[in-house]
Amino acid sequence: MKDDRKTTLPGQGLWIKRKGLSNTGILLLITITLFVLLYAMSLILFKDSNFAKFSVFFNLFNNKAYLLMLALGLTVVIITGSIDISVGGVTGLVSMVIATMLMDGRTNAWWTIPVSVAIGLAFGIVQGYLIAYLEIQPFIVTLSGMFFARGMICVINASSVPITDEQFMSWSSAKLYIPFLYNERRNGTRDVAYLTPAAIVAIVILIILIITLKKTKFGRSLYAIGGNPQSALLMGINVRRTRFLAHVLCGLLAGVGGFLYTLFAPSGNPGNGYGYEIDAISSSVIGGAMLTGGIGLPIGTLFGVLINALIERVVPLLGIVDASWPRIITSAFLFAFVVLQSVFSNAGMKGGFKLLLPGWMKGKVKMELKETVKS
Amino acid sequence: MNLHISKDKSLEPARKPFLKKLLSSRLTFSLVILLIVVVQNIITTPTFFRITITNGLISGYIPDILDEASLLVIVSLGMTLVIAATGGVDISVGSIMAIAASFCGLMLNGPEYRTDVYHSPYFLALLVGLLGGALCGAFNGFLVAGLKLQPMIATLILFTAGRSIAKQITHGQTIYIMNPTFKYLGVQIPGVPVRTTIIVSFVMILIVVLFTKLTSLGLYVQSVGINGASSRLVGLNARVIKFMVFVISGVLAGAAGLVGSSSLGSVNSGELGLNLEMDAILAVALGGNLLSGGKFSIAGTVIGAYTIQAITTTLYAMNVRADQLNVFKALIIIVIIVANSDVFKERIRKLTGKVVRKNVSVGG
Repeated sequence: MKDDRKTTLPGQGLWIKRKGLSNTGILLLITITLFVLLYAMSLILFKDSNFAKFSVFFNLFNNKAYLLMLALGLTVVIITGSIDISVGGVTGLVSMVIATMLMDGRTNAWWTIPVSVAIGLAFGIVQGYLIAYLEIQPFIVTLSGMFFARGMICVINASSVPITDEQFMSWSSAKLYIPFLYNERRNGTRDVAYLTPAAIVAIVILIILIITLKKTKFGRSLYAIGGNPQSALLMGINVRRTRFLAHVLCGLLAGVGGFLYTLFAPSGNPGNGYGYEIDAISSSVIGGAMLTGGIGLPIGTLFGVLINALIERVVPLLGIVDASWPRIITSAFLFAFVVLQSVFSNAGMKGGFKLLLPGWMKGKVKMELKETVKS
Repeated sequence: MNLHISKDKSLEPARKPFLKKLLSSRLTFSLVILLIVVVQNIITTPTFFRITITNGLISGYIPDILDEASLLVIVSLGMTLVIAATGGVDISVGSIMAIAASFCGLMLNGPEYRTDVYHSPYFLALLVGLLGGALCGAFNGFLVAGLKLQPMIATLILFTAGRSIAKQITHGQTIYIMNPTFKYLGVQIPGVPVRTTIIVSFVMILIVVLFTKLTSLGLYVQSVGINGASSRLVGLNARVIKFMVFVISGVLAGAAGLVGSSSLGSVNSGELGLNLEMDAILAVALGGNLLSGGKFSIAGTVIGAYTIQAITTTLYAMNVRADQLNVFKALIIIVIIVANSDVFKERIRKLTGKVVRKNVSVGG
């Protein structure tokens, strides 16, 4: 009985039918290979800049924890075939609200946590309602969400606000050292790798999301409505509610991302979070999510974010001082990756990629296909 | 085969009036919004309709709105076609504006950066600018039509890189052009009482309308947008249409970049057309066009663009700060979009329907 339910889980059959499983797998493989290659290349090319150190690797997490949050939220909505471009604005708004709250020590720093989450949730709920229940185009809704957030930042405070609250700064500068991961410096001291609280929160949420998307009914219905909302509806999935919840989740993650960003860069500035929605979308896409919906994995998003962080670190080492080059190189990277994605998915449609799969995998896919046909 | 065609034909007349009705109702909706803004303006500013001639230029509220909306109008024309044909958006138009203007500025200034004398003929520089826009559009088109990428992701590449590329073209400098003829395109041609931006935007609207109405381009774009696969079966090359649409959008964005830089008298690759892509998408949506592609209305887009500019001008007149403007803009957009959404209309209809039915039952 239990097994029966497993095979008829919504989304699973659909997933294989659209060859989503194989596509997702291939795209994930490319992303991870690319990251490893990039890291190996920077190891060889820049021997002096410590890429072999654990601390440098862990700093990629520490510096981009907020981007991971935003990108994960976007992955969730992209899987449902929707989009959210308000996350950058929400990030900026949250950091400005936190900075204003902590001005002159007026409020306890603990209050900033529920407030950031509440701001994110509010955006998620309103946008989700408009998109899911009133069926307005997500791009327009979240575009006005972005406008609203950007404008609200300037309504609250149009100038830069530094954060000096002791409690908050202690969170911001806290480091969790990992004692067994260290490199000896030349003078004999140890350079121990560490994680910031922001990175830990991000990793925990990443793990929760991986499990949610893989194992829960909600996670599977996200893929189902992204793949084909019509058949998802016929399967008995509440498409509207799932879409609504996806946007609420994205808003929530944007709120958390805003909080983590403020931990990383503790000040409220009207320009904070500008353009982060684009960074998040490109990380998500490099991580293998497809804007048409139905395809994407949180773990891929992690590698998308890591690639983003790595490029940001490597480009200055190439001796390029001009600030405009990292953007060009990141875009070139995005270009290369989407081309690769397109080539592979086109090949996948024609069945060409099967040659790349080992035999046992092929058998497995076929078996599962048969099972779904039977059920 | 013949049977199918005859079947389709028999269906067509039954469908068309309904769609047309729907479209016209959407159009009237955006017109109503524009009217509300105008009426609000008339109440608050009695001088709204006054048109004076200062320095040989017609000036006043309405010409100002027409002038300031011109860039948005030109860009959103291209955006309409892209959205109609592909169901996706072109978010690189702002960056393309910067690139085109940079090309033009470089041609005029030359390698010595002389601001007073043109290095190359004016028209050649304009042509090169437009060509730059067309090239960017062709790149987008290649990604979408050739590699089958989603338009938003394809144009995301130029969106992020475009301004940096423009900066590289101008070697990181803001180009100033002092030659008075440079201002012809963006301010005024001597002796003509109307601002050139207004003339240019009207000419562009006319060209695009003629192109889509007189040739079959409009029909092709619609059919590709509604169903790419079936339009291929009819014999349309969906790829070519999609490619062309992006090139047109690129050229129009390039033209907007040239006009914009001309009215400023300088090329600032970081500022020119910043965030204009978002306003352009909004203009298309406000005009009642579906962002999922298919049927489109140039008239709707133009009305949408002028509505956005009218709202902006009105808010400025009400002493709203430029950086706070976005809050009001967002709220107004949400109200408009919600009121215009089919689901909302359906609910209202149900509500009123219930009332009517109750009345009937009471009466019976």
